[in-house]
Amino acid sequence: MSLIALTPWDLALAAGLVLLLAFLSWRLQLGVERRVLIAATRSAVQLMLIGFVLEGLFARISLLLISLLALVMLLVAGWEVMARQKRRYSGWWGMGIGTISMFMSSFSVLILALTVIIGVKPWYQPQYSIPLLGMLLGNTMSGIAIALDSLTRSASEARGRIEARLLLGADWPVAIADIRRDALRSGLIPIVNAMAAAGIVSLPGMMTGQILAGSPPLEAAKYQLMIMFLISAGTGLGSVAAVWIGSRRLFDDRQRLRLDRLR
Amino acid sequence: MAALRLSGVQPRVLEPVDLELARGEAVFLSGPSGSGKSLLLRAIADLDPQPGQVWLDGAERSSIPAPEWRRRVGLLPAEAHWWAEQVSDHFHFGTDAKGWTVESGLLERLGFGPEVVGWAISRLSTGERQRLALARLLTNRPEALLLDEATANLDPTNRERVEAIIADYRTEHAAAVLWVSHDPEQRRRIGGRSLVIRDRRLVPEA
Repeated sequence: MSLIALTPWDLALAAGLVLLLAFLSWRLQLGVERRVLIAATRSAVQLMLIGFVLEGLFARISLLLISLLALVMLLVAGWEVMARQKRRYSGWWGMGIGTISMFMSSFSVLILALTVIIGVKPWYQPQYSIPLLGMLLGNTMSGIAIALDSLTRSASEARGRIEARLLLGADWPVAIADIRRDALRSGLIPIVNAMAAAGIVSLPGMMTGQILAGSPPLEAAKYQLMIMFLISAGTGLGSVAAVWIGSRRLFDDRQRLRLDRLR
Repeated sequence: MAALRLSGVQPRVLEPVDLELARGEAVFLSGPSGSGKSLLLRAIADLDPQPGQVWLDGAERSSIPAPEWRRRVGLLPAEAHWWAEQVSDHFHFGTDAKGWTVESGLLERLGFGPEVVGWAISRLSTGERQRLALARLLTNRPEALLLDEATANLDPTNRERVEAIIADYRTEHAAAVLWVSHDPEQRRRIGGRSLVIRDRRLVPEA
Protein backbone atom coordinates (compact mmCIF):
# COMPACT_ATOMS: atom_id res chain seq x y z
CA MET A 1 0.00 0.00 0.00
CA SER A 2 1.28 3.45 -0.80
CA LEU A 3 -0.06 6.95 -0.99
CA ILE A 4 -2.04 7.91 -4.11
CA ALA A 5 -1.12 11.51 -4.93
CA LEU A 6 -4.05 13.88 -5.41
CA THR A 7 -4.23 15.92 -8.60
CA PRO A 8 -5.62 19.48 -8.70
CA TRP A 9 -8.64 17.93 -10.43
CA ASP A 10 -9.35 15.70 -7.45
CA LEU A 11 -9.29 18.71 -5.13
CA ALA A 12 -11.47 20.73 -7.48
CA LEU A 13 -14.04 17.97 -7.42
CA ALA A 14 -14.13 18.01 -3.61
CA ALA A 15 -14.30 21.80 -3.65
CA GLY A 16 -17.28 21.51 -5.98
CA LEU A 17 -19.18 19.87 -3.14
CA VAL A 18 -18.56 22.90 -0.94
CA LEU A 19 -19.80 25.13 -3.74
CA LEU A 20 -22.91 22.99 -3.90
CA LEU A 21 -23.39 23.47 -0.17
CA ALA A 22 -23.03 27.25 -0.57
CA PHE A 23 -25.54 27.18 -3.41
CA LEU A 24 -28.00 25.24 -1.26
CA SER A 25 -27.55 27.71 1.57
CA TRP A 26 -28.31 30.56 -0.83
CA ARG A 27 -31.37 28.85 -2.32
CA LEU A 28 -32.77 27.84 1.08
CA GLN A 29 -31.93 31.27 2.52
CA LEU A 30 -29.89 29.80 5.34
CA GLY A 31 -27.60 32.82 5.23
CA VAL A 32 -24.38 30.90 5.81
CA GLU A 33 -23.12 30.76 2.20
CA ARG A 34 -20.74 33.66 2.70
CA ARG A 35 -19.27 32.11 5.81
CA VAL A 36 -18.95 28.70 4.19
CA LEU A 37 -17.08 30.14 1.22
CA ILE A 38 -14.79 32.31 3.32
CA ALA A 39 -13.97 29.43 5.66
CA ALA A 40 -13.30 27.08 2.74
CA THR A 41 -11.04 29.63 1.07
CA ARG A 42 -9.24 30.27 4.35
CA SER A 43 -8.60 26.60 4.93
CA ALA A 44 -7.39 26.13 1.34
CA VAL A 45 -4.91 28.99 1.58
CA GLN A 46 -3.77 28.10 5.11
CA LEU A 47 -3.29 24.39 4.43
CA MET A 48 -1.41 24.91 1.14
CA LEU A 49 0.74 27.48 2.88
CA ILE A 50 1.59 25.22 5.80
CA GLY A 51 2.29 22.46 3.27
CA PHE A 52 4.89 24.64 1.59
CA VAL A 53 6.34 25.78 4.92
CA LEU A 54 6.67 22.19 6.12
CA GLU A 55 8.30 21.09 2.86
CA GLY A 56 10.88 23.80 3.46
CA LEU A 57 11.32 22.90 7.12
CA PHE A 58 11.75 19.20 6.33
CA ALA A 59 14.38 19.96 3.73
CA ARG A 60 16.50 22.00 6.10
CA ILE A 61 16.01 21.09 9.76
CA SER A 62 16.66 24.14 11.94
CA LEU A 63 15.62 24.53 15.56
CA LEU A 64 15.31 28.28 15.11
CA LEU A 65 12.87 28.03 12.19
CA ILE A 66 10.86 25.33 13.93
CA SER A 67 10.62 27.45 17.06
CA LEU A 68 9.51 30.39 14.97
CA LEU A 69 6.72 28.37 13.39
CA ALA A 70 5.72 27.02 16.82
CA LEU A 71 5.56 30.57 18.14
CA VAL A 72 3.32 31.68 15.27
CA MET A 73 1.04 28.70 15.88
CA LEU A 74 0.89 29.51 19.59
CA LEU A 75 0.04 33.18 19.01
CA VAL A 76 -2.69 32.36 16.51
CA ALA A 77 -4.16 29.84 18.96
CA GLY A 78 -4.00 32.48 21.72
CA TRP A 79 -5.83 34.88 19.45
CA GLU A 80 -8.48 32.27 18.71
CA VAL A 81 -9.07 31.61 22.40
CA MET A 82 -9.63 35.32 22.94
CA ALA A 83 -11.89 35.65 19.91
CA ARG A 84 -14.18 32.92 21.24
CA GLN A 85 -14.84 34.69 24.54
CA LYS A 86 -18.13 36.45 25.02
CA ARG A 87 -16.66 38.48 27.87
CA ARG A 88 -12.94 38.98 27.40
CA TYR A 89 -10.36 40.11 29.87
CA SER A 90 -9.40 43.65 28.99
CA GLY A 91 -5.90 44.63 27.95
CA TRP A 92 -2.99 42.27 27.63
CA TRP A 93 -4.79 39.62 29.70
CA GLY A 94 -7.35 38.96 26.97
CA MET A 95 -4.85 37.10 24.87
CA GLY A 96 -2.28 36.47 27.57
CA ILE A 97 -4.21 34.01 29.75
CA GLY A 98 -4.96 31.59 26.92
CA THR A 99 -1.52 31.91 25.35
CA ILE A 100 0.40 31.33 28.56
CA SER A 101 -1.79 28.40 29.56
CA MET A 102 -1.38 26.77 26.16
CA PHE A 103 2.35 27.38 26.22
CA MET A 104 2.69 25.75 29.64
CA SER A 105 0.55 22.74 28.77
CA SER A 106 1.06 22.02 25.06
CA PHE A 107 4.79 22.67 24.96
CA SER A 108 5.64 20.68 28.06
CA VAL A 109 3.50 17.73 26.93
CA LEU A 110 5.02 17.98 23.43
CA ILE A 111 8.61 17.97 24.66
CA LEU A 112 7.87 15.05 26.96
CA ALA A 113 6.37 13.13 24.04
CA LEU A 114 9.22 13.88 21.67
CA THR A 115 12.07 13.16 24.04
CA VAL A 116 10.75 10.39 26.30
CA ILE A 117 7.80 8.67 24.63
CA ILE A 118 8.64 8.66 20.93
CA GLY A 119 12.35 9.36 21.33
CA VAL A 120 12.91 11.17 18.02
CA LYS A 121 16.40 12.35 17.16
CA PRO A 122 16.91 15.24 17.07
CA TRP A 123 13.97 15.79 19.40
CA TYR A 124 12.65 18.73 17.39
CA GLN A 125 12.50 16.83 14.10
CA PRO A 126 9.70 18.70 12.30
CA GLN A 127 8.04 15.60 10.84
CA TYR A 128 7.03 14.75 14.41
CA SER A 129 7.14 18.00 16.34
CA ILE A 130 4.99 20.22 14.11
CA PRO A 131 2.01 17.86 13.52
CA LEU A 132 2.01 16.87 17.20
CA LEU A 133 2.12 20.48 18.31
CA GLY A 134 -0.66 21.30 15.89
CA MET A 135 -2.94 18.62 17.27
CA LEU A 136 -2.09 19.51 20.86
CA LEU A 137 -2.65 23.22 20.35
CA GLY A 138 -5.84 22.74 18.38
CA ASN A 139 -7.49 20.63 21.04
CA THR A 140 -6.08 22.49 24.02
CA MET A 141 -7.26 25.71 22.42
CA SER A 142 -10.86 24.48 22.30
CA GLY A 143 -10.76 23.25 25.89
CA ILE A 144 -9.29 26.47 27.23
CA ALA A 145 -11.65 28.63 25.19
CA ILE A 146 -14.68 26.76 26.55
CA ALA A 147 -13.37 26.75 30.13
CA LEU A 148 -12.54 30.47 30.15
CA ASP A 149 -15.82 31.38 28.51
CA SER A 150 -17.71 29.42 31.14
CA LEU A 151 -15.66 31.01 33.92
CA THR A 152 -16.20 34.62 32.90
CA ARG A 153 -19.81 34.14 31.90
CA SER A 154 -20.81 32.40 35.13
CA ALA A 155 -18.84 34.85 37.25
CA SER A 156 -20.70 37.76 35.65
CA GLU A 157 -24.03 36.06 36.16
CA ALA A 158 -23.31 34.96 39.72
CA ARG A 159 -21.97 38.25 40.99
CA GLY A 160 -24.51 38.47 43.82
CA ARG A 161 -23.75 34.96 45.00
CA ILE A 162 -19.98 35.44 44.87
CA GLU A 163 -20.17 38.74 46.73
CA ALA A 164 -22.54 37.26 49.32
CA ARG A 165 -19.84 34.70 50.10
CA LEU A 166 -17.14 37.36 50.25
CA LEU A 167 -19.32 39.37 52.62
CA LEU A 168 -19.56 36.39 54.95
CA GLY A 169 -15.78 36.38 55.13
CA ALA A 170 -14.92 33.77 52.52
CA ASP A 171 -11.58 33.94 50.73
CA TRP A 172 -11.81 34.44 46.98
CA PRO A 173 -11.03 30.82 46.03
CA VAL A 174 -13.90 29.67 48.25
CA ALA A 175 -16.22 32.35 46.89
CA ILE A 176 -15.70 31.21 43.30
CA ALA A 177 -15.02 27.50 43.89
CA ASP A 178 -18.19 26.10 42.29
CA ILE A 179 -17.87 28.35 39.24
CA ARG A 180 -14.26 27.33 38.80
CA ARG A 181 -15.17 23.66 39.04
CA ASP A 182 -17.91 23.98 36.43
CA ALA A 183 -15.61 25.89 34.09
CA LEU A 184 -12.95 23.17 34.31
CA ARG A 185 -15.49 20.46 33.77
CA SER A 186 -16.92 22.09 30.66
CA GLY A 187 -13.41 22.53 29.25
CA LEU A 188 -12.67 18.84 29.66
CA ILE A 189 -15.95 17.42 28.36
CA PRO A 190 -15.08 17.55 24.61
CA ILE A 191 -11.87 15.54 24.93
CA VAL A 192 -13.42 13.05 27.33
CA ASN A 193 -16.28 12.54 24.89
CA ALA A 194 -13.83 12.19 22.01
CA MET A 195 -11.90 9.52 23.91
CA ALA A 196 -15.06 7.65 24.79
CA ALA A 197 -16.36 7.61 21.21
CA ALA A 198 -13.02 7.04 19.48
CA GLY A 199 -12.97 4.03 17.21
CA ILE A 200 -16.66 3.24 17.54
CA VAL A 201 -18.42 6.30 16.30
CA SER A 202 -15.54 7.82 14.39
CA LEU A 203 -12.03 7.04 13.30
CA PRO A 204 -10.03 9.97 14.61
CA GLY A 205 -8.39 12.20 12.01
CA MET A 206 -4.83 11.31 12.71
CA MET A 207 -5.42 7.58 12.52
CA THR A 208 -7.38 8.01 9.30
CA GLY A 209 -4.52 10.00 7.85
CA GLN A 210 -1.93 7.41 8.76
CA ILE A 211 -4.01 4.58 7.35
CA LEU A 212 -4.55 6.52 4.10
CA ALA A 213 -0.80 7.10 3.95
CA GLY A 214 -0.22 3.36 4.17
CA SER A 215 0.58 2.68 7.82
CA PRO A 216 -0.54 -0.64 9.29
CA PRO A 217 -3.83 0.05 11.13
CA LEU A 218 -2.50 -1.28 14.42
CA GLU A 219 0.45 1.13 14.30
CA ALA A 220 -1.95 3.93 13.44
CA ALA A 221 -4.15 2.95 16.40
CA LYS A 222 -1.17 3.07 18.75
CA TYR A 223 -0.18 6.53 17.54
CA GLN A 224 -3.76 7.68 17.87
CA LEU A 225 -3.94 6.37 21.43
CA MET A 226 -0.77 8.17 22.35
CA ILE A 227 -1.94 11.43 20.84
CA MET A 228 -5.31 11.19 22.59
CA PHE A 229 -3.63 10.70 25.94
CA LEU A 230 -1.31 13.60 25.23
CA ILE A 231 -4.22 15.79 24.17
CA SER A 232 -6.19 14.95 27.32
CA ALA A 233 -3.20 15.75 29.49
CA GLY A 234 -2.53 18.93 27.55
CA THR A 235 -6.14 20.07 27.62
CA GLY A 236 -6.45 19.24 31.30
CA LEU A 237 -3.27 21.04 32.32
CA GLY A 238 -4.06 23.98 30.05
CA SER A 239 -7.61 24.36 31.34
CA VAL A 240 -6.46 24.15 34.96
CA ALA A 241 -3.85 26.82 34.31
CA ALA A 242 -6.24 29.07 32.39
CA VAL A 243 -9.03 28.78 34.95
CA TRP A 244 -6.60 29.39 37.79
CA ILE A 245 -5.00 32.47 36.22
CA GLY A 246 -8.37 33.66 34.94
CA SER A 247 -10.15 33.39 38.27
CA ARG A 248 -7.25 34.99 40.12
CA ARG A 249 -7.49 37.90 37.71
CA LEU A 250 -11.19 38.34 38.59
CA PHE A 251 -10.17 39.37 42.11
CA ASP A 252 -7.78 42.09 43.23
CA ASP A 253 -5.43 42.28 46.20
CA ARG A 254 -8.36 43.10 48.53
CA GLN A 255 -10.25 40.09 47.21
CA ARG A 256 -12.88 42.21 45.49
CA LEU A 257 -14.70 40.73 42.53
CA ARG A 258 -13.51 42.87 39.62
CA LEU A 259 -15.90 42.30 36.75
CA ASP A 260 -14.71 45.64 35.39
CA ARG A 261 -11.63 43.75 34.27
CA LEU A 262 -13.81 42.05 31.66
CA ARG A 263 -15.05 43.71 28.54
CA MET B 1 -12.70 56.60 69.89
CA ALA B 2 -15.20 56.11 67.07
CA ALA B 3 -16.32 52.56 66.40
CA LEU B 4 -16.55 53.19 62.68
CA ARG B 5 -14.87 56.13 60.98
CA LEU B 6 -14.87 57.07 57.30
CA SER B 7 -12.54 59.60 55.76
CA GLY B 8 -12.76 60.61 52.11
CA VAL B 9 -14.63 57.45 51.12
CA GLN B 10 -15.98 58.08 47.65
CA PRO B 11 -18.23 55.67 45.79
CA ARG B 12 -18.70 56.59 42.13
CA VAL B 13 -21.78 58.77 42.49
CA LEU B 14 -20.94 60.61 45.74
CA GLU B 15 -18.72 63.43 46.89
CA PRO B 16 -16.12 62.19 49.40
CA VAL B 17 -17.79 61.06 52.63
CA ASP B 18 -16.49 61.71 56.15
CA LEU B 19 -18.49 60.05 58.88
CA GLU B 20 -18.08 58.82 62.45
CA LEU B 21 -20.24 56.35 64.33
CA ALA B 22 -19.81 55.84 68.06
CA ARG B 23 -20.02 52.41 69.67
CA GLY B 24 -23.60 51.27 69.82
CA GLU B 25 -24.79 54.21 67.74
CA ALA B 26 -27.42 53.83 65.02
CA VAL B 27 -27.27 56.15 62.02
CA PHE B 28 -29.96 56.10 59.36
CA LEU B 29 -29.27 56.76 55.73
CA SER B 30 -31.84 57.68 53.11
CA GLY B 31 -32.01 59.26 49.70
CA PRO B 32 -33.52 58.68 46.29
CA SER B 33 -32.79 55.38 44.59
CA GLY B 34 -29.58 55.47 42.64
CA SER B 35 -28.17 58.17 44.92
CA GLY B 36 -25.42 55.89 46.21
CA LYS B 37 -26.65 54.51 49.55
CA SER B 38 -25.89 50.90 48.72
CA LEU B 39 -22.66 51.91 47.03
CA LEU B 40 -21.55 53.60 50.25
CA LEU B 41 -22.23 50.42 52.25
CA ARG B 42 -20.36 48.38 49.63
CA ALA B 43 -17.46 50.80 49.83
CA ILE B 44 -17.25 50.40 53.61
CA ALA B 45 -17.33 46.61 53.26
CA ASP B 46 -14.51 46.92 50.69
CA LEU B 47 -16.43 45.33 47.81
CA ASP B 48 -15.56 48.06 45.31
CA PRO B 49 -12.23 49.75 44.80
CA GLN B 50 -12.56 53.39 45.87
CA PRO B 51 -10.44 56.10 47.46
CA GLY B 52 -10.65 56.91 51.16
CA GLN B 53 -9.99 55.24 54.46
CA VAL B 54 -12.15 53.38 56.95
CA TRP B 55 -11.29 52.57 60.55
CA LEU B 56 -12.94 50.03 62.77
CA ASP B 57 -12.09 50.55 66.45
CA GLY B 58 -9.03 52.50 65.42
CA ALA B 59 -7.67 49.92 62.99
CA GLU B 60 -7.46 51.04 59.38
CA ARG B 61 -8.97 48.74 56.80
CA SER B 62 -5.80 48.12 54.81
CA SER B 63 -4.11 46.71 57.93
CA ILE B 64 -6.72 43.94 58.17
CA PRO B 65 -7.05 41.05 55.67
CA ALA B 66 -10.13 41.60 53.49
CA PRO B 67 -12.10 38.48 54.58
CA GLU B 68 -11.63 39.36 58.25
CA TRP B 69 -12.61 42.96 57.56
CA ARG B 70 -15.83 41.88 55.89
CA ARG B 71 -16.71 39.57 58.76
CA ARG B 72 -16.18 42.41 61.20
CA VAL B 73 -18.16 45.13 59.39
CA GLY B 74 -21.14 42.88 58.57
CA LEU B 75 -22.98 44.12 55.47
CA LEU B 76 -26.52 42.84 54.95
CA PRO B 77 -27.33 43.47 51.27
CA ALA B 78 -30.86 44.36 50.17
CA GLU B 79 -31.11 41.09 48.27
CA ALA B 80 -30.06 37.96 50.16
CA HIS B 81 -28.25 35.34 48.07
CA TRP B 82 -28.41 31.63 48.77
CA TRP B 83 -26.54 29.03 46.80
CA ALA B 84 -26.60 25.64 48.49
CA GLU B 85 -29.58 23.41 49.00
CA GLN B 86 -30.07 23.64 52.75
CA VAL B 87 -30.30 26.56 55.12
CA SER B 88 -27.54 25.20 57.36
CA ASP B 89 -25.03 25.05 54.47
CA HIS B 90 -24.89 28.84 54.47
CA PHE B 91 -23.84 29.38 58.04
CA HIS B 92 -20.17 29.71 58.95
CA PHE B 93 -19.50 29.86 55.25
CA GLY B 94 -15.84 30.30 54.45
CA THR B 95 -14.69 29.85 58.03
CA ASP B 96 -13.21 26.82 59.70
CA ALA B 97 -16.09 26.59 62.16
CA LYS B 98 -17.87 23.26 61.90
CA GLY B 99 -21.45 22.45 62.61
CA TRP B 100 -24.42 24.48 63.52
CA THR B 101 -23.97 26.99 66.30
CA VAL B 102 -26.35 29.88 65.94
CA GLU B 103 -26.60 31.89 69.08
CA SER B 104 -29.24 30.27 71.19
CA GLY B 105 -32.64 31.79 70.80
CA LEU B 106 -31.82 33.85 67.72
CA LEU B 107 -33.84 31.66 65.35
CA GLU B 108 -36.76 31.52 67.78
CA ARG B 109 -36.74 35.27 68.12
CA LEU B 110 -36.81 35.54 64.32
CA GLY B 111 -39.95 33.42 64.34
CA PHE B 112 -38.41 30.11 63.28
CA GLY B 113 -38.47 26.71 64.92
CA PRO B 114 -35.20 24.77 65.30
CA GLU B 115 -36.13 22.60 62.31
CA VAL B 116 -35.49 25.52 59.92
CA VAL B 117 -31.83 24.58 59.64
CA GLY B 118 -32.76 21.49 57.67
CA TRP B 119 -35.10 23.28 55.33
CA ALA B 120 -34.50 23.56 51.62
CA ILE B 121 -33.79 27.11 50.49
CA SER B 122 -36.30 26.73 47.68
CA ARG B 123 -39.21 26.51 50.10
CA LEU B 124 -38.42 29.78 51.87
CA SER B 125 -40.38 32.95 51.14
CA THR B 126 -38.64 36.25 50.40
CA GLY B 127 -39.32 37.46 53.92
CA GLU B 128 -38.03 34.25 55.47
CA ARG B 129 -34.88 34.53 53.41
CA GLN B 130 -34.37 38.07 54.56
CA ARG B 131 -34.72 37.12 58.21
CA LEU B 132 -32.41 34.14 57.84
CA ALA B 133 -29.87 36.34 56.08
CA LEU B 134 -29.74 38.46 59.22
CA ALA B 135 -29.21 35.34 61.36
CA ARG B 136 -26.47 34.23 58.96
CA LEU B 137 -24.78 37.60 59.27
CA LEU B 138 -25.00 37.79 63.06
CA THR B 139 -23.36 34.36 63.44
CA ASN B 140 -20.14 36.06 62.35
CA ARG B 141 -20.46 38.45 65.34
CA PRO B 142 -19.72 41.62 63.35
CA GLU B 143 -18.55 44.67 65.32
CA ALA B 144 -20.55 47.00 63.09
CA LEU B 145 -23.69 46.42 61.04
CA LEU B 146 -24.33 47.85 57.60
CA LEU B 147 -27.98 47.21 56.86
CA ASP B 148 -29.42 47.79 53.41
CA GLU B 149 -33.20 47.94 53.82
CA ALA B 150 -33.11 45.07 56.28
CA THR B 151 -36.86 45.00 56.78
CA ALA B 152 -38.10 45.94 53.29
CA ASN B 153 -39.82 42.62 52.61
CA LEU B 154 -41.25 41.97 56.07
CA ASP B 155 -44.73 42.10 57.51
CA PRO B 156 -45.23 44.29 60.63
CA THR B 157 -44.78 41.39 63.08
CA ASN B 158 -41.52 40.27 61.59
CA ARG B 159 -40.33 43.82 61.14
CA GLU B 160 -40.70 44.35 64.84
CA ARG B 161 -38.89 41.10 65.55
CA VAL B 162 -35.96 42.14 63.40
CA GLU B 163 -35.86 45.64 64.86
CA ALA B 164 -35.79 44.22 68.37
CA ILE B 165 -33.00 41.78 67.53
CA ILE B 166 -30.88 44.49 65.98
CA ALA B 167 -31.49 46.80 68.94
CA ASP B 168 -30.40 44.08 71.36
CA TYR B 169 -27.38 43.17 69.31
CA ARG B 170 -26.39 46.82 69.23
CA THR B 171 -26.55 47.15 72.99
CA GLU B 172 -25.02 43.80 73.77
CA HIS B 173 -22.04 44.12 71.43
CA ALA B 174 -21.79 47.92 71.38
CA ALA B 175 -22.06 47.62 67.61
CA ALA B 176 -22.34 50.71 65.42
CA VAL B 177 -25.21 50.38 62.95
CA LEU B 178 -25.43 52.19 59.62
CA TRP B 179 -28.92 51.55 58.36
CA VAL B 180 -30.35 52.38 54.94
CA SER B 181 -34.09 52.80 55.50
CA HIS B 182 -36.84 54.65 53.70
CA ASP B 183 -39.27 54.27 56.56
CA PRO B 184 -39.50 57.46 58.69
CA GLU B 185 -41.59 55.57 61.26
CA GLN B 186 -38.82 53.04 61.66
CA ARG B 187 -36.24 55.77 62.14
CA ARG B 188 -38.44 57.37 64.79
CA ARG B 189 -39.02 54.05 66.58
CA ILE B 190 -35.35 53.25 66.81
CA GLY B 191 -33.93 56.74 67.22
CA GLY B 192 -30.51 58.05 66.32
CA ARG B 193 -29.12 60.39 63.69
CA SER B 194 -30.62 60.51 60.22
CA LEU B 195 -28.54 61.39 57.19
CA VAL B 196 -29.76 61.93 53.67
CA ILE B 197 -28.00 62.05 50.33
CA ARG B 198 -28.73 65.30 48.57
CA ASP B 199 -26.84 66.58 45.51
CA ARG B 200 -24.24 63.85 45.85
CA ARG B 201 -23.55 64.85 49.45
CA LEU B 202 -24.30 63.17 52.75
CA VAL B 203 -26.08 65.76 54.93
CA PRO B 204 -28.04 65.63 58.22
CA GLU B 205 -31.74 65.32 57.59
CA ALA B 206 -33.58 68.54 58.32
